[in-house]
Amino acid sequence: MNKTIRQLIAAVALVVPAAGAFASAAGPALEKAPINVQDTESLQRGAQIFVNNCLSCHSASAMRYNRLTEIGLTEDQIKGNLMLATDKIGEQMNVAMDKKDAKVWFGAVPPDLSVIARSRGADYLYGYLRGFYRDETRPTGWNNLVFDKVGMPHILWNWQGEQVLETVKNAEGHEEHKLKLVKAGTLTKLENGKANTAEFDKRMADLTNFMVYMAEPMQVKRQQIGYMVLLFLTLLLLPLAYFLKKEYWKDVH
Amino acid sequence: MSKGQQLLNWIDDRFPLSSMLKEHVTEYYAPKNFNFWYFFGSLAMLVLVIQIVTGIFLTMNYKPDGTLNGAGIPVAFASVEYIMRDVAGGWVIRYMHSTGASMFFVVVYLHMFRGLIYGSYKQPRELVWVFGTLIFLCLMAEAFMGYLLPWGQMSFWGAQVIVNLFASIPVIGPDLSVFIRGDFVVGDATLNRFFALHVIAVPLILLALVVAHLIALHEVGSNNPDGVEIKKLKDDKGIPLDGIPFHPYYTVKDVLGVAVFLIVFSAIVFFAPEMGGYFLEHPNFDQADPLKTPAHIAPVWYFTPFYAILRAVPSFAGTQVWGVLAMGAAVVLIAFLPWLDKSPVKSIRYRGSKFKAMLVLFIISFIGLGILGALPSTNVRTVVAQIFSVVYFAFFLAMPFYTKNDVGSTPVPTRVTMSTPARQVRFAVLVIVTLVAATLFAKFI
Repeated sequence: MNKTIRQLIAAVALVVPAAGAFASAAGPALEKAPINVQDTESLQRGAQIFVNNCLSCHSASAMRYNRLTEIGLTEDQIKGNLMLATDKIGEQMNVAMDKKDAKVWFGAVPPDLSVIARSRGADYLYGYLRGFYRDETRPTGWNNLVFDKVGMPHILWNWQGEQVLETVKNAEGHEEHKLKLVKAGTLTKLENGKANTAEFDKRMADLTNFMVYMAEPMQVKRQQIGYMVLLFLTLLLLPLAYFLKKEYWKDVH
Repeated sequence: MSKGQQLLNWIDDRFPLSSMLKEHVTEYYAPKNFNFWYFFGSLAMLVLVIQIVTGIFLTMNYKPDGTLNGAGIPVAFASVEYIMRDVAGGWVIRYMHSTGASMFFVVVYLHMFRGLIYGSYKQPRELVWVFGTLIFLCLMAEAFMGYLLPWGQMSFWGAQVIVNLFASIPVIGPDLSVFIRGDFVVGDATLNRFFALHVIAVPLILLALVVAHLIALHEVGSNNPDGVEIKKLKDDKGIPLDGIPFHPYYTVKDVLGVAVFLIVFSAIVFFAPEMGGYFLEHPNFDQADPLKTPAHIAPVWYFTPFYAILRAVPSFAGTQVWGVLAMGAAVVLIAFLPWLDKSPVKSIRYRGSKFKAMLVLFIISFIGLGILGALPSTNVRTVVAQIFSVVYFAFFLAMPFYTKNDVGSTPVPTRVTMSTPARQVRFAVLVIVTLVAATLFAKFI
């Protein structure tokens, strides 16, 4: 009997984590983004990349500049290094580009990125940022492995260099799309046909990390408060309620 | 006489405070053998209070406005993010409300299931059950309209799909759907009226029904896991032999239930508010865009069993109204259980194998439909959903036949029985088997 129960519990433990797997699976398999929203240095580097590159076209209108003090920056640092479009520290990360112009230039208005990480997920962003490849059939000359026919050009091409799409047959005979670096950028190396993209990948991880933070800036604090709440409930309320019930129910048989 | 007693007398002369407390709390005699399943009624009350209180605070900063702000974001969508970031404590209030919506359905489904297995809807509790079904209907309306308010892609397209269902009704359908939306597509007019209905109209009806549900319950008294009427055997003071006063016995017991519930609730609010995309769906973090249809539109998990029934029914005679009717019938049929069930006994403990077998099939179908409703349909899934839909309806419609004279080998006792370790082990095993089976089904279908 005991053994059966133990086996059942083991089965549950094995199977339950797989439950999330049926949510949705479409598009190419995505690499896990190596991010950590508690790593403030990475967040600061990501913030820098974000305001210097993304914020020219994409807004993050739910995000205020002074919120960046949460990731260890001072207001002076924010003003001096990150605020290019405004001088008010409490201002949101808006963009000056006209929406009608943007529509003409890119075919679509660049989406606001405030909560994009919550809609697409970190792995998608990490794959997308590293997924641009040369495609002469596209108006911009660029396409993306995780977002086919993307309207956005590869703005970080001078960092990453140029990739091309290769279709290879894998071990099981299925066709697989892979990206191959053919021209090195300032953050990638190409030696004897072998690509070293570690530095570029690291920056993209920082950027992804920042976007994940930005999508829910209170997430770290949320968990910290959560531990306190759970401690209170399990160590105080639960035992108190349990013994109170036990005491009152002594005479019920 | 103490000052407090004097005040109480003063009030009692003008308002029946003491007698109401006696009738509904301190001298309301409930059976002493309530088990695990009996926590969910009081928990539903708790979640209702959580929803109302957090809802009030959310309305203070939420703006039901579908127009675009300066940054090109719909004002409603932006106001939710404003609550999440710029309102002090706003994020925890919002997560409590969004988690509360899902947890409401968790506790209400379990509460309804309790009624089903112990025959709590049977004579004389038919009206308790009917009021309860109406509460469930209100809750569905409340959840559906509340889901539009964040004005994300799933809000918009979910509402579009559901309101379009009304358009399939012959003759009046197209006009009816325009009447509901207030526009030809889901738009600002829809958002405003859904907000009004969500924050005042439906909650008022819901509260009135909850009061009716409780008054009806206290008139007839609570059922119990044995389905024994405790009022049949009373002592010389007129107190049921198997009854104990609701206060303090069940108030302290329910506090224990509340403590456990709050641990689960807080774990979700603070550590997994999205619940893997089931409580807060990922596409709903994209602003509503009438020009961009999402690839896969799925309702939130608590609607998926009924959504699966809707999809499972094929269109014929040139109309899709049959699926809509089936979905409506799937909910309405629940209210008729008291008259469909012809069994001479109430509790599953004393029923025969026919009911038990049908119940197992029903649980499999209901959970199966719930999983299928969340997934994009394929040929295989559609066929499976059709089989489950047939079982779902068969459970209700064939009930008069299979419950007739279906009694088990153990006769109904005259007094209630208390829980035993053997029963608890059996219960735990059944829960585990159900969870494992559901997970495996979700993974491989």
